Amino acid sequence: MGVPCSTLGSIINFLSEAGEFEYVPATREDEAIGIAAGAYMGGKTPAVLMQNSGLGVSVNALASLVLLYKLPMLLIVSWRGYKGEDASEHLSMGEFLPGLLRVMNVSTTVLSEEGVEGEVRDSVQLMKERGIPVVQVLRRGVVR
Amino acid sequence: MRRFDAIRVIVDCLGDEFVVACNGMINRELFAIGDRERNFYMLGSMGLASAIGLGVALAKPDSKVVVLAGDGNVLMSLGTLATIGKASPRNLVHVVLDNECHESTGGQETATSVAKLDVVAGACGFRCSERVDSLESLKRVLVASLSLDGSSFIHVKVERGRADVPRVSIDPLEMRDRFMKELASV
Repeated sequence: MGVPCSTLGSIINFLSEAGEFEYVPATREDEAIGIAAGAYMGGKTPAVLMQNSGLGVSVNALASLVLLYKLPMLLIVSWRGYKGEDASEHLSMGEFLPGLLRVMNVSTTVLSEEGVEGEVRDSVQLMKERGIPVVQVLRRGVVR
Repeated sequence: MRRFDAIRVIVDCLGDEFVVACNGMINRELFAIGDRERNFYMLGSMGLASAIGLGVALAKPDSKVVVLAGDGNVLMSLGTLATIGKASPRNLVHVVLDNECHESTGGQETATSVAKLDVVAGACGFRCSERVDSLESLKRVLVASLSLDGSSFIHVKVERGRADVPRVSIDPLEMRDRFMKELASV
């Protein structure tokens, strides 16, 4: 489930078309987290896709739902405004992103082009073993 | 119609359904009337009861899921009604107990004295959406909704007023575990 970002477009299109996944389009990112919370309790392994702007929308859903009830889920967050190279509306949140994740104390991996497969596998393993939410930060161009 | 009486009628109609109740007085009153292992009380994350209910419903398509939310919760994530309409779960019954105010925080007015949530839900694609004004009609519509193949929305207009009941006293992790155990059993 998730809300699109141009950086995530190809992933969402793939998930929507591949038969083995069920992609639920959400109106807001915190709503996607709510759907993921329910799906997890119902026995699914949920992943939430969002732009980092949506992480701002999702802070309370993380704090008082995901972290309160300890609900494992994979959050794939695009990093618009990375290194200050983006449209003006993305620059502040791009700068806040690492600090925001650190303050919330959620396990975070910034995916790299070379190691993306292993990094995703490791995050999923961590999520399953420790029963925690994990964030994967995706910069433009890492996944095409 | 008092909300407490409406919740009692709802609980009386329930069998093996899963319930997701929103934060605030609604989950407290539900807890006081009849705690069940299949109840999930959302303690925080105001606005997300409908989304959590949708997630459970999609994960367990052969079980009925009942969302109990207030007008404040539904208004906060009105877009979720559209998400539900699009996802079209066949097993979701969404009840909103609408007292036109935020009772839990002192009765501040909401927009539902004007906004017609049943009309919104119907327009968003719920298979069935009805407004009820009495305990009898609530019971009749709920019983019909529980056997409907499709999503339904029941808009219950209730009076202002809250029962003198304690907070939900179950630990969040214990609540999660018992709810998940029940979900895993179906």
